[in-house]
Amino acid sequence: MLQLNGNNDLIGDATLMDLRRGDAAVLQGIDLPKDEARRLMEVGFLPGARITAGLSAPGGDPRVFRVDGSEIALRRDTARRLKVRLERTPGTR
Amino acid sequence: MSDCASCHDCGATPVLEIPSSDAASTRPVALVGPPNSGKTTLFNRLTGMRQKVANFPGVTVEQHTGIAELADGRAVPIIDLPGLYSLSPRSEDEQVAHDVLKGLRPDTPKPEAILLVLDSTNLSRHLMLAAPILALGVPTLIILNMADDLRNRGGRVDVEALAAKLGAPVALVSARQGEGIEQVFDFLAGAMAKPLARELPVLQDVPKCREWAGRVGSHARYHAPAPPKWTHRLDRVFLHPVAGPLVFLAVVVAVFQTIFTAAVPLMDGVRRLFEITGRWLTAALPDSLFRSLLVDGVWTGVGSVLVFLPQVLLLFLFIGILEDSGYLARAALIADRTMARAGLQGKSFIPLLSAYACAVPAILATRTIENKRDRFATILIAPFMTCSARLPVYTLVIAAFIPEHQMLGVLSTRAVALLGLYALGFVAAVATAKALKSSILKSGRTQFLLEMPSYRWPTWQSLGLRLLDRSKIFLWRAGTVILLVTVVLWTLAHLPLQGGHAPAIADSLAGRAGRLIEPFIKPLGFNWKIGIGLVTSLAARETIIGTLGAIYGMDPASHGVALQKAIQHDLTPGGALALLVFFAFAMQCISTIAVVRRETGGWKWPALQFAYMGALAWVGAFLAKSLIA
Repeated sequence: MLQLNGNNDLIGDATLMDLRRGDAAVLQGIDLPKDEARRLMEVGFLPGARITAGLSAPGGDPRVFRVDGSEIALRRDTARRLKVRLERTPGTR
Repeated sequence: MSDCASCHDCGATPVLEIPSSDAASTRPVALVGPPNSGKTTLFNRLTGMRQKVANFPGVTVEQHTGIAELADGRAVPIIDLPGLYSLSPRSEDEQVAHDVLKGLRPDTPKPEAILLVLDSTNLSRHLMLAAPILALGVPTLIILNMADDLRNRGGRVDVEALAAKLGAPVALVSARQGEGIEQVFDFLAGAMAKPLARELPVLQDVPKCREWAGRVGSHARYHAPAPPKWTHRLDRVFLHPVAGPLVFLAVVVAVFQTIFTAAVPLMDGVRRLFEITGRWLTAALPDSLFRSLLVDGVWTGVGSVLVFLPQVLLLFLFIGILEDSGYLARAALIADRTMARAGLQGKSFIPLLSAYACAVPAILATRTIENKRDRFATILIAPFMTCSARLPVYTLVIAAFIPEHQMLGVLSTRAVALLGLYALGFVAAVATAKALKSSILKSGRTQFLLEMPSYRWPTWQSLGLRLLDRSKIFLWRAGTVILLVTVVLWTLAHLPLQGGHAPAIADSLAGRAGRLIEPFIKPLGFNWKIGIGLVTSLAARETIIGTLGAIYGMDPASHGVALQKAIQHDLTPGGALALLVFFAFAMQCISTIAVVRRETGGWKWPALQFAYMGALAWVGAFLAKSLIA
């Protein structure tokens, strides 16, 4: 169970771009045309889904995200369209 | 039929297919599943060597069909459809799969039954595809693949509960290990009932579908396996900020080594084999035009294709290992940012690397790129990469015109010239990609979505079948075209007959063609002899050497110095540079044109490509000549 204590653990208006490796977040919405959003949803990026940021290509783009049992790499351009609520558990990197 | 597909509760009563034995036996069973579900492995397992690959008419989607032989001797045709995430089609691949499943394609009968392959280690998400598939109302077997992985990583699923919940039979199998495959054969042999689809979700609503899949999963007491430990360990190396690019570089070097070192003795072997058998044929047959056609035309033509086969096979072996092991996705990830600068994406990298051997396998390898515009852009620039057929031409001209001496102590002038030509092709490719992606193939913001599969050991069966399948396409596409072209070129070089004998090549139809195009190539510093070479090199670039040898009356086998001397006589240094530039840019390869036509589904793209590369070659050669003069 996730404990939310303090304001810093709940950051609004964040996107997947703000996640560093090991960070987790809950998807709030996808700011993309319907078709593109649908494809993302089909691979697991559904509102309410928990996403963990994984490893990335050198330079941090694209980055692998763990979502719904899969590992999906997204480019920065796409990742910044996915609005999330961060769960920054202290001590995790 | 179509009503059935859109309603959710149809098929609530089991309707048995009427076993109209004759008609039913010709209708295929479709293999369907999301990407990375192990669908192709299962297809190989079911059909083995009895496979055929073709294109769906009118589209660029490959159609894999095969025959599964049942225990009672019956043969069931199986069609392996492209991987899909859902039945709401967006890509061409998905459209084809969708149309086949709904019986909308005139060329493919509506499937009699469906084998739905899902990854059991990621069942909750993969089950989403079960909803639209079951709604089709076609008899369906749900195959939970990768049972070994599920078990090894501590996952569980109650197959009976899942079958009861879905109203369709479920089989837990491992296509790689062959475990549980008999259940699939039993389904193919037995009575196939329509699914008793109950409470399917609203298909258009992805969140509802996922919710439904989750509910079905928990009803079947699905316990997801632990994360793949080895995959994470390996990724910490392969995607490490420092080690990752080093491994990537090592893979690139290994591919290059294979193409240019390991393949060379094999290619020489094939070449020698054809020389020896050619001589043997010459000795065995009476001297006639027919012998000349057979030996110099057909046999040489076959040889000029087969000589590339070792290289092509090694390349496909490499690509197969990379793809089946899961590393290809990581390589694409690492290369993505660099490729994005040229408007392309990570998955374009390996095909372009392969193009340094030969554009034909490279173009076939672009199948892994789902985005059609990115795929076409990759296909269109691949022939700019310096393929191995250009090397003999470069070597000959460089040796004839560039004096060998050391630069800066280590580099020879000739090596620098050769590297310069490689760079020239590369720069042209990048510039063309940029131009294409900002104009006719502009894709706005390309969505790049790359699934990282777990690492797996490639199996010999899968690698072997892949090699077989790809080399069949290579030999068939490249072989038939080259054969035709060499026979045509032979005819041009041997007609009109003069007193029952072939004329000197200068007086032949090919010679006339060379003279005919002379006005067009004169500004580049080429005379009609080079012109004939340009015409014949359409069969394969290196053919120009044999042609020039024939024109100067020299045995091409001992061309070395003598041919260099002859070329020096006919070309100025400016003309020589122009010839090099021309070969770097021009699409002098009928096989490539044929493969581009196959892969892009028409003549439009290869025609555009040929014209563009030809124009670039002409202008480039003209500038090169003017530069020296």
